[in-house]
This record gives sequence, structure tokens and C-alpha cells, in this order.
Amino acid sequence: MLTKKECVAMLLAGGQGSRLYALTNNIAKPAVSFGAKYRIIDFPLSNCINSGIDTVGVLTQYQPLVLNEYVGNGQPWDLDRTFGGVHILSPYEAKTDTSWYKGTANAIYQNIRFMKMYDPEYILILSGDHIYKMDYDKMLAAHKQTKADCTIACMEVPVKEASRFGILNTNPDGSIYEFEEKPAKPKSNLASMGIYIFTASKLYKYLELDEADTSSEKDFGKNVLPAMLKAGEKMFSYKFEGYWKDVGTITSLWEANMDLLGTVPKFDLRDDERVIHSRSPLAPPAYIEGEVINSIVATGGEIKGKVVNSVIGTDCIIEEGAVVTDCVLMGNTVIKSGATVNYAVIDEDVAIGENAVIGAPREISSKIEGKTNGIVVLGRGVSVKNNGKIDAGEIVDKSV
Amino acid sequence: MASTAGVIFSSLNERNIPELTKVRSIGSIPYGGRYRLVDFALSNMVNSGITTVGMITKNNYQSLMDHLGSGKNWDLARKEGGLILLPPYSDDSETLYNNRLEALKGATAFLKKANEDFVVIADSDAVYKLDYSKVIDYHIKKNADITMVYHEHEVKKSHYYITFATNKDGRVTELEINSSVGGVQKNYINVMVARTSFILRLIQNAIQCGYKSFGRDILSPGVKSLKLYGYKLDGYYENIDSLKSYFKANYDLLDRNIRNEIFGERAVYTKVNDSAPAKFTETAKVKNSLISDGCLIEGTVENCILFRGVKIGKGSVVKNCIIFSENIIGENCNLQYVVSDKECFITDNRVLAGCELQPYFINKSTRI
Repeated sequence: MLTKKECVAMLLAGGQGSRLYALTNNIAKPAVSFGAKYRIIDFPLSNCINSGIDTVGVLTQYQPLVLNEYVGNGQPWDLDRTFGGVHILSPYEAKTDTSWYKGTANAIYQNIRFMKMYDPEYILILSGDHIYKMDYDKMLAAHKQTKADCTIACMEVPVKEASRFGILNTNPDGSIYEFEEKPAKPKSNLASMGIYIFTASKLYKYLELDEADTSSEKDFGKNVLPAMLKAGEKMFSYKFEGYWKDVGTITSLWEANMDLLGTVPKFDLRDDERVIHSRSPLAPPAYIEGEVINSIVATGGEIKGKVVNSVIGTDCIIEEGAVVTDCVLMGNTVIKSGATVNYAVIDEDVAIGENAVIGAPREISSKIEGKTNGIVVLGRGVSVKNNGKIDAGEIVDKSV
Repeated sequence: MASTAGVIFSSLNERNIPELTKVRSIGSIPYGGRYRLVDFALSNMVNSGITTVGMITKNNYQSLMDHLGSGKNWDLARKEGGLILLPPYSDDSETLYNNRLEALKGATAFLKKANEDFVVIADSDAVYKLDYSKVIDYHIKKNADITMVYHEHEVKKSHYYITFATNKDGRVTELEINSSVGGVQKNYINVMVARTSFILRLIQNAIQCGYKSFGRDILSPGVKSLKLYGYKLDGYYENIDSLKSYFKANYDLLDRNIRNEIFGERAVYTKVNDSAPAKFTETAKVKNSLISDGCLIEGTVENCILFRGVKIGKGSVVKNCIIFSENIIGENCNLQYVVSDKECFITDNRVLAGCELQPYFINKSTRI
């Protein structure tokens, strides 16, 4: 009987994702649909299995129903294992001190017993809100080679955006001498991707220290990593090159969807080497009668209208005369004839009535400042009546 | 519902459609963009609450096995029952089965072990939706020995088909093999229901008497000696018995009503794979077609069924074609009435055409 795993992954999936507004009213951010047939969590889970990591704890807290149902026993990712596999870890009641997950570090702290079951050498900490393909095994190899206590994946970002991220200041050998969380004046443009590998014993030690510190916010970026650095532990950066996107805002979620389009897309899902697995829906192929230009379409739909520069999810019906441009449809949405939909992110189960006008052409609406930079957001289950009108940049979570 | 086992013939009548069965059994013929023919009988069973299914195989069943796997996708990977492959049995005294009766004989051990009261026995060469539990209710109500499911349509004269007539009660009063009459008749669709104990006795008896044909030796005389009843299948039914009917059954899916009838309400289960969603570029022009996951469309596609992972290059025009998975069609090609088996590669500028009555067939993994 195997009793040991070299590396266990812990996936932080409890975030509410408040900047996704109506999209996360009833579901956790990692369960938000992406790229026509996926959910965000497919990316870290697929990365794990593609990197040879078969033991994953998924930490849930906020609105876990859809996420739990989706992850299930992990079969779509080959993570239904006799030993290991995927496990949903929710906050639990204990004899003393029952509590919700109070921060990223506290969430992992509360599951130290889960990790110890597998007696791992290394722990990989992941976020459930990033779109990327990454070989964690290479990062682990680097972690072993540098004999680090903690390795932080990072990537170069444009200097003007650097103050939005946790920034790593490194020596030429890649070791980290300073860690700044969202600095006003960044000294480098190496942004932390929120992906960490810890040597397990060190992680347990610093989580326990952090837990005992009453002034701590129980956050990896703000507390645990700086504490380790201060104590003189060996911390290394691991530079990732490739596509990576935090889809925590409506604009970035929309952009990441658009990055899938084109013959040479910024982010290619048509990749036989590193397949992104998902719980594929059981729908027949899409029926296409209308015009579909520079778009991707999942199964089950029926498109008789015109679709331009859009991502169309499973089981969407776009009737004759409807025009959908620069949109993300997450699935099971009906757009009736004559409706015009521009520059919008539309959640599942939405109905848009005949001749309704949603949003405004992107050239105009993208100049609007506001929460969503002009993108219309229609929440799950919203219906818009015939001839209804929704202005650019509006967020709608009740039927109108 | 009553405790019921299912038995599916995955490998009969293959001579009808040699092109597509060269490399696979009839049940594993690709259909409708992402399915295999066996998905229909199998999904009907699952949707009828049958969770113990024996799949009778014969030659070339590797493709079928690859499709079915553990039965997980049909929710039939079970500790109790589930999907059980019944490979052909032969020893010194016997060779591989040659007919339905001999094939069924290979399922006796399965049927005894399953120990269910009733059994549904179905072919896998047709597209239809049917709740078998209703047939069983009918079978019990009529206290029948065998209930034969039929569909009313024009008899196909050139083939081996069983047609029958029933009285008001639904009991079969006349039965004909290879109908001499023609016209619209009650056509037996090779789906039957019986008590398991009855079928086991029937098989035993058939072995002792040296019977060869289920139709001639059992059903024909059974009109008098047994209580045979007919159960009508309403709605869509298409038997795949030629390349022509294969074409028709695929094209029927371009009709919204048929599509809704077959795929609406209860799902048709099939093997899932993780292809990316279909991609259409700036130059794509698609009309009246079914496009599966993993396709990349840069050319013109009209009246087509494209399976998973098909690439249509720039400037190519593909009309009235059925293109199986992982085909690559280069640039500036012109294809009309082509059925292209899996993994073919059509190089740039090729012109290939069949016609409606005689589609042009391309063998698996051909490079043209």
C-alpha cells in the first residue's frame, strides 16, 4: 500500500470574487464558466494532472454547491483515485475553536491534517482564479535544485501594472530578498502568480507561527511569505513564461475569453500536449445555419443569427436575425430573433427577448468608465423582455 | 420497474454496410458528429432504468471496447451489474457464432448470473428513442411470451426483414420474413422483451433441436405456438442498413424536430472527450451543418456533419459530406457527397465528389 505522495496540491477555491459582480452571486469564482465549455477550476486541476500531481485538496467556502457538484469525484480530470485524488475541503466544526477559513494561510492551516495523511515532501499552493497552462513538475524540479524552502512562481508584467501585484525583488540567482505586496513604487516587474511550492515541514512550521500571531491577517502574501523571508528561509523565484491571466474582474474575464479566438490565439486550447480536461456536457454537436465569424462555439447550440468575435457556451440558441458581437455567452442562453447584443458577458440560463438591445458597440462602450469598463453583465437566470434595452456597462442580476 | 437485464447485439448485419464495418463492428459506426450507433440502444436501456447490460461482440470489437470503456459514460460502471462485454466464445466443437440464435447462446451465462426477471434484447444498428420499461409493462399486461417492437414504414424489399400483422389485442397473427407484399407494414425492429426464464428455455430448446434462425425457426412457428405481441414504436426510427440509409439518418439530424426528438428530454450518452470548442475563423462560412468540438473551420461548409477535430482549410468548399473525426482537409479543396472515415488527410486543391445515391467513401487513415 502506498502511504506517501511526493507533492500534494492545495487549491484555494473559497474566494467570493466580488469584482465579478452578478456572475458570482450564487457560485464561487472558480466555478465561473470560461471558454465556452470550461470552468475556471479546470485549468489548475488539469495542470495538476498534466504535471503528475494526483492528490489535490480543493478548499471551498463561499457558495460551494456548483463547485462541489462540478468537481465531484474528480473523474473528468482522472483524479478519482484509490489513494489520493481530488478532495473537497470545507471549513468544519471542531471541539474547540470552530471557524470559517479566515484567510488563505488559515485555510491551509486548518487542513494540515489532510496534507499530513499523504506525508508529502512538498506542498503546492494554487489559486482557483487563473487561466494558464503550466508544468508544475518543472517548478518542483527548480525548487529541489535550489534547495529552497519556498519557491514562488512569477512572471514579468508591464511596469505600469506592477503595483497591482505582489512584487518579488530578486538577486541574480533568482533568490528573493524582498517581497512587496502591491507596492506604490515597484522596484521590479516580477509579479507573484500566487503559486507557491513549500517544503512541507517549513510550511507547517510557519503556518503554526502565523496562526499564533494575533496581529496577522492569515494571508500568504501579506504575512506568511514576509515572515519566512524575515526569518532567513531560502526563498526562490521561478520565472514562468507563457500565458497567464488572473480573471478576477469582468474586464479581465472578457479579455481572457477573447484571447482564445483567432487562428493563432494568445491562449490555445487546441493543444494535444496539455489538454484541459473538463466535465464535458452531453450535448449533440452545434447546429450552425447563420454566420459565425472569428468565434468559438461549444456543443448543443443552434445558431441561426450572426455571431462575431464571441465565445458561445453549451446549448445556446441564437435565432435568425439576432446579432451577437464581442460577447461571452456562458451557456444555455436563448437570444431571440432581431435582438442585438454587444460587448457583454452573459451568465448561464439567460433569455433575451425579440428585438432587445443589449449594450452598445465596443468602439463606443469601451470608452465608458465604470465597474466593468462598458461591458454589460447579465447574471444567471436573468431574462430581458421583448424590445428591452440594457445600456452599456450595466450589471443586471434581476429580470427586466 | 420490473427487474430487467439488457442484451445488445453489437455485431450483426455487418454485410449490409461493408465500407463502415471494415474496421469496426456495426455498433461502433460513428454517427451524428459524436456518437456511435450502439449509444442509442444503450442509452435507451439506461434511460429505461436498466443497469445490467450484456454486450455481445464478435469480430473487430477493439473499436467498440475503446468506445465503451468501463461503461462509466453510461453510468454503467457498477459493482452490481453494469456493462458486461460478452466476447465471442468458441472451442474445439464450436466456431464463432453465425446467427442471432448462436450469438444469444453466448449470453446464457450472463443472463443466468444477472438473474433479472425480464430481458430486453436489442440490435445496435438503428437510431431511435424508446422507453423499454413501457414495453415491459405492456408485455406483463398482455401476459405475452415475446413482445416484438415494430415501427410502421415502407418495407425495404431487398433485405431480410420481418413484418407482421396483429389483431385488435396486439397479438401477432401473421408473420412474414422478406415481405412479398411491400408497402407500409409493421416492421419488426429487432427489439424484443421476454421473461429471462423463457429465453433461457428457448435457447436450450433451440440448441437441442439444432435451430439456426431466430426468425424462421422460432418466430415464424411461434405465431401459432407462442403468445407473440407487437408493441408500436411511435416517432423517429431509422435502420442503418446501407451507406444510403446511413447518409439519410445523419442528414435527418439537420432537421430541428428530429434533433429535439432524439437528443431532447433524455440524453443520449456517449464517450466524452476533452476537445476544445469548435473554432470559426474570419473566413468561415457555415450553413445547415452540425459542427462538433475540436473542429477548426476556415472554409465553406454546407449541409455537413463534421465529427470531432475536423479541420477545413481556407478556400475549401465542403458540401453534403459526413467527415469523421480528426480529418484534415487542406486548402482550396472541393468535396461533395463524401463520407470520409477517421483520420484522413486531404491535401490542398483536391476535388472529390460522389452523388446523392452513391456517396464517395474514403477509408480510414487515407491520404489523398
